[in-house]
Parts: sequence; C-alpha cells; structure tokens
Amino acid sequence: MSYFSDIINGTKTLLTGMRITGKYFFVNLFTRKDVITRQYPDNIDTLKMFDRYRGEVIMLHNENNEHKCDACTLCEKACPNGSIEVIGDKKINPETGKNVRFLVKHIYHLEMCTMCGLCIEACPQNAIAWGQNYHNTAYDRSKLTKVLNKPGSKIVPGLKG
Amino acid sequence: MEEYLTDQLKTQEYFLNMGPQHPATHGVLRLLLKLDGEIIRNVDMDLGYIHRSIEKMCERDTYKQIIHLTDRLDYLSSHINNEAVCLLVEKALNIEVTDRIKVIRTMMDELTRISSHVLWWGVMGMDIGALTTFMYGFREREMINDIFEETCGARLTMNYNVIGGLRYDLHENFVKRVKDFIKHFKKKLPEYDKLLSNNVIFRKRLEGIGYISKEDAVAYGLNGPTARGSGVSCDIRKIHPYSAYDRVDFEEITFPEGDSYARYKVRIQEMHQSLSILEQLVDKIPEGEYKVKTKAVIKLPEGDYLQRVESARGDFGVYVKSDGQKFPYRVKFRSPGFANLTALNKMSEGLKIADLVAILSTIDIVVPDIDR
Amino acid sequence: MILNIFTDIHNKLLEHMSGGAAHITELILIAAAYLGIFAILGLLLVWLERRVAGFFQLRLGPNRVGPFGLFQTIADALKLVSKELTGTVKADSMLYRTAPYFVITTALMALSLIPFSHEIQAFDINIGVFFLISVSSVGVLGIFLAGWASNNKYSLIGGMRTGIQMISYELSVGMAIVTMTVLAGTLQISEIIEIQKDGWLIWKGHIPAIIAFMIFMIAGTAESNRTPFDLVEAESELGAGFHTEYSGMNFAYYFLAEFVNMFIIASVAVILFFGGWLSPFGITDTIPFAGLFWFTVKVIGVIFIFMWFRWTFPRFRIDQLLTLEWKYLLPVNMVNIVLMALIVWLGLTL
Repeated sequence: MSYFSDIINGTKTLLTGMRITGKYFFVNLFTRKDVITRQYPDNIDTLKMFDRYRGEVIMLHNENNEHKCDACTLCEKACPNGSIEVIGDKKINPETGKNVRFLVKHIYHLEMCTMCGLCIEACPQNAIAWGQNYHNTAYDRSKLTKVLNKPGSKIVPGLKG
Repeated sequence: MEEYLTDQLKTQEYFLNMGPQHPATHGVLRLLLKLDGEIIRNVDMDLGYIHRSIEKMCERDTYKQIIHLTDRLDYLSSHINNEAVCLLVEKALNIEVTDRIKVIRTMMDELTRISSHVLWWGVMGMDIGALTTFMYGFREREMINDIFEETCGARLTMNYNVIGGLRYDLHENFVKRVKDFIKHFKKKLPEYDKLLSNNVIFRKRLEGIGYISKEDAVAYGLNGPTARGSGVSCDIRKIHPYSAYDRVDFEEITFPEGDSYARYKVRIQEMHQSLSILEQLVDKIPEGEYKVKTKAVIKLPEGDYLQRVESARGDFGVYVKSDGQKFPYRVKFRSPGFANLTALNKMSEGLKIADLVAILSTIDIVVPDIDR
Repeated sequence: MILNIFTDIHNKLLEHMSGGAAHITELILIAAAYLGIFAILGLLLVWLERRVAGFFQLRLGPNRVGPFGLFQTIADALKLVSKELTGTVKADSMLYRTAPYFVITTALMALSLIPFSHEIQAFDINIGVFFLISVSSVGVLGIFLAGWASNNKYSLIGGMRTGIQMISYELSVGMAIVTMTVLAGTLQISEIIEIQKDGWLIWKGHIPAIIAFMIFMIAGTAESNRTPFDLVEAESELGAGFHTEYSGMNFAYYFLAEFVNMFIIASVAVILFFGGWLSPFGITDTIPFAGLFWFTVKVIGVIFIFMWFRWTFPRFRIDQLLTLEWKYLLPVNMVNIVLMALIVWLGLTL
C-alpha cells in the first residue's frame, strides 16, 4: 500500500511547491509587487548609497579649494597594500618662518585599494574620507590611479602647514 | 547477478575533469573524477587555483592590517573571520571590551550566518536543478546586506571589527531593520520547507546519499554543520563561548543520520536558531562605548595564540605565533572548508555524478577559504 | 486537405504552370511558411520562457529590446547567427555537423501535423497520431549523435542519458496517447478534434482520461528534456550536456528545436484532451479563424504548466528517472488503458 501512498504524498509535496512559485508568479505578473531586482541604469538618478558606503577614498575640499592634508604620511603607513602615495615637500612659511611640510600630490591607487578604511582612521586631521561613488570601473588601469588633492588646492590656513 | 554482469560486460574506467571552471564547484576547485560510466570510483581534489598566500601576507602586516585580509577568506562569513582575529588580539593583550561591543558582534555574527545559509540554500537548490530557489535566497540576503551596508559600509567584505571594538557605532536604523528582517524571515522560512525541503524529488536526491558515520566524521576532522549532520557535537559557540554567546539561549542542532539530508536539515534549523538569537538580543543592546581605547601600535607578547570561532561553515581558527614584534611571526588560519572537503571522496564513493554535485553542495564549501 | 485557405493560390499557380510544377511550387511555399512558423514560434517561446521565469524568480525578465522585450530573442538569434561555428579537433566532423539537422527536421515534420485551426493544417493523414509518435522519436538521434560526435566526455554522458531517458519515456507518451485513441476511436487528428465537438475528451473519458493527461504531462516534460527531467543538459553537473561543444547557429538549432518540441507536446495534449482548436461549448464556431485563437490560448496554457514545472522542481537523478518511468508510470499506464477500454466498452463515457 505504501506504493500508492508514496504517489499521493509525493504529488502533494510537488503541488505545495508549485503553489508557492505560482503565487509569486501571479503576484508579479499583475502587480510586480514581489519583484526584488532594480532596473539599474534607469534608477541611476534616485539610487543613493548609504552614508557609510565605502566607494573610494576622497579628500575633502572646502569651497575655497582648500584641504586639510599636511602630508604627514600616516595614511600611507597605515595602508596595508601601498595604495596611497603621499608626495610632500618642505617650504618656509613666510609668516612663522618655520620649515613646514606641504602636500604636492596625494596619489591614490583605487585599483589596489581593498576599502579597509585604515587610512581614514589613521588621519589625524580628517583630511580624507569615504566617497559614495560606485561607478568605479574604467577601461584602463591607469584611470584608476587618482590624485586626490584638486589642482591648485592649498591647505586650510591656520592648520599646522 | 550484478557480479555476473560485470564479468560479462567489460567496462573501462575513465577520468573526467570537473573544474576548475565548472558550475558545480562554486569557484575554482578542480575535481579529478575516476568514473565507471556515471559511477564514481575515486575523487581527487586539486586545490591551489585561487591561492593568494594570505597567511604569508599576514606576516608583513600589522595586527590591525590583518583583519581586512580575513574578509577575503570565507567571504560569506567575513564578519566572523574578522572577529576571530580581534578576539585573539584582545585576549592576548587582556583588553576587556564592553557589553555593547559583545552584543553587537554576536548579532552581526548571526546575521552573517543567516545570510550565508540563505545563500547556501539558494545555491543548493540550483545545484539540484531548482533554479528559482536562488533568487528566493537572494531576497532575504539582500535585506541583510542592506543592514550591513548601512552600518558597516560594505555588503560583503564588511571589515566592521577592529581591535578593541567596532569601527562605527550602530546606525540608528539598525534595530528597526533587524526587526523588519526577523518579521520577514519568519514568514519566509516555512516557504523554504514547502518549496524544497519537503519536495519529494529533493528528498529522494539527498536522503541516504553521501553518508558519513560519526566515527568517520571525527576521524576526518569534519566540523560545523557538516559534522553536526553526522551527530558530532562541535559547536564552538557552545564549547568555548565567545562574545555574547554565553548569555543567549540557543540549541546546538545535531542530526544523527549522517547523510546529505541531515546536513541540509542542520543548516535550515540553524537559521531558526540564529533568528531566535537575534530576537533575544535585538531589544537588549546595552548602552556603552563601541570602541575601547587601544595602543596605536599593537605588539603581542611573545608566544602562541589560538582563537576559535564558529563560522557559518564550522570551526574557524586563527593561530598566531608572535615574537614580540608588531608583525606576527607566523599566522595560520584553520579553515573549516578544507577539513570538510577532504571527506568528499569518502562520501561520494560508488555514487553518481549528480550525487557528487549534491554532496558538494551540502558540504557548503567556499573555495577561497580552502585555498587561502 | 492541404491548407484550404490556399485554394486561391493553388488555382493561381495552375493558371501559370502545369499541374506537377504547381504542386511542387506549392510544397516549397508551404515548407518555407513552416520554416518561418518554426523560427517565430521558437523565438517567441524562448521569450515567453524567459519572461515567465522572470516572474517566477521575482525578476522582470527581458524588458529592454522592443515592447515587453519581445525582440530580445531576435537580437540573441542575430548574435548567434554571426558567431563562428566551433568544434573539437577530433570530433567526428560529419556527424557533428549533421546532428542538429536531425533534431530540426523531425521537429519540423511533427509541426506539419499540428492543426492550428480548422483551416490551417499542412498534413492530415489517417494515421496522424501514430506518425507523430514515430517522427518525434527520431529526434533523439540528433541529440545522441551530438553527444557522441562531440568528442567531449560531458557531451557523451549527456548523450547516453538522452538515450536512456527518451526510450523510456517514449513508452509512456505513446501509451497515454493510445489510451486516448481508444476513446477517440481514430488516429486521424482532424477526426479526433471533430468528435470532441460535443465535449472534450478529458471530459468524456473522465477518470482514465485525467490519469492519462497527468501521465502525458510528466512524460511530455521528459520528452522535451525540461526540468525536472533535464538530465541531458543538467548544467550543474555536465556544463551544458550534449551541446557543450556547439556554438553559433548549430547551438541555436538545438535551442529552438527544444522549444518547438515543447510546443508540439503541448499541442498534442491540447488536441487529445482539450479539443484542439474548438472553442469551449462552441461559442465562436461561426467566426472564421477563431480556432487559431482558441488553439493558441490552450497551447499557451499547457506550455505555462510546463514552465511552472521547470521553475519549481529540482532535477531527478538518472536512476530515479528510470524508477519513475518503469515502476510508476508504466504500470499505472497499463492499468489505465484497460480501464479506458472497459469504460468505452461499457459505454460509461460522458
């Protein structure tokens, strides 16, 4: 007798499964309520990443094109895989007469970065932060190597530099 | 009769390369099968296609820098891997973390476990041939990933633990989102059973297949859900409780059958348990610091250190030998997948190719975890 | 009864050429028309499958190319046409190249028997159903040859699985059809539909007909190599099974033939159980070509059930597949034939 009960029970389990998928099918066919995918390039204007999203490292600049980096290279030292190169130079501050470091180039290799966030933690000035940009692909590797300080930018006056 | 037939019908054994590029091997694992028709005579596992020498890389990194590398081992339980390293260093330096940190870590662990198991469930169905389960699994995983992204900043390689605490405090939406998830998942988990677990074809594919006895499971060093499917009690959360596991109430799931279906049931039941742990903790996150002050340069005193945690795949261990420098002298990750994979040959003896795929799926391997 | 609607064309052709030449021209025209139907059907069904799969899987499916993504499959076909035809070095090149045509030819031959409506049926012989079974069993050869000639172990395993699966399930399909022909009392497809004017066969034959329908659906799924019986291609085990080594148009032939075969199986189910192109209760009998509408609706209904199967169930293992056929379907089928014969003999049909 288990022969027939096998058939009946087996069919029953199959039909239960079909009921689940069928429910989703008809809901999606008529209302699209359960559709979980997003139509990516269409929603590009409304798509907003979370504030903490780690897209890339950026250097914060204020409206006067000034940043806070004094080229202390702590971020460079904190980075586990050499994604950051800080090129600094020294000059004499005309006001104080002291010999201070200033930033020439803050080079960031996005192609090597693992988004671990150690550089941002290490920065004593909060000069660098996470950017929420997620369009990080490029056809050429060299396009991923970025200079973070904008051309002509200077350190915020009043900071150490 | 069968002997007579095998005498009369001369068959030839042949080799079949499964992988490194094969849909069933979940990555770049190469299996060299010795087959007689469709029946498996021997399985050779060929590893090393995704070896990145992470253990060696750890030797040139400071303890803070090691953490983000552990994300890349078993990427489905990255949070748990991070925690293992942090716990090890905190234990070695006698850093006492606050209750808040412990509870948050535990919650994140369980979310990670659910997201890993949910993905496993989807892929399990896909390996057996039910393609739809994959998307259903991803629906739940997507919710968890959103929780992670909002609080930790990334969806997969969260890197949320730091030595002495957490990178950020919880996001204000965290509790609400977790509650939403619990509500949602409680409704969806029974659907998993209806769709797959009770399905007669699915059960026939798994029941009695890939049997491994309790003794063999211990002898092969199996761990995690794979071993618990053979009745071995091996939950690190119970044996050596860490973080807040000593204050939550949960069961260790074991099934004595030792077949693929038992391993399947263990993972399904573990999702229920994880859900109950989350429910117990979500309203009781203590106030306090999310990060304890540590020294800028962390140096472990000379000696050997070991920390075990229960990752989604089993017993994940970190072993560090320190010579007192700021870099470890030697780091060894004990990956659960590697031990589990070794039993594949034993489990799939005399079965068919389709069974091998099912067994591989119930072992739930992540190849970057095995190769490191 | 070759295409009643083309009588005009027939007469036009006769005005310009002799009888024999007109006949041959006509045949060529019909063949070209059916090739067109074949391609369009295949592409539409692929689109339908992807769309339906999308809704089952909480996605939307193709929706970019053309309205509702209708032209997506056409774009894919264009891509496949432009691709290079590759193969393995030591493949049996002759068999390797000819294998797809076995599949496509048999599918086309079977298609010619399908009555899309009262007016549209290319070939209506008195042994129609029998011819259909015989022709569709030749299609296995194409898959089998592909598996053998590819010189690839995955293909070989896929091909061998096909052999086992097709031979087994051919039996169930055949016997389910036999059950229904016992009730219908004829093998000619147009007559089978004719006698359903006062009630569809699934209604007339009640219990045995319903059992036969269930068996036909299961075996039909297996015949068209769809999940849960897609062991032949079983992508998680064999990569792509028998067509692993095929590329470009050769692959597309298999792909299209698979979907046309599904259409044929669904059509046979509609003809045998749901009255073919007949409208329910004869509500639109007077409108010409309404049959085409009803036929399409019914076939899509049956095809949807096939798709529902595919996107719900896991795959069988080869031995379970055989157990299902030889231990469950076949005995039930045999008892069912006797039951049907008894019912017809005792006049218990509704």
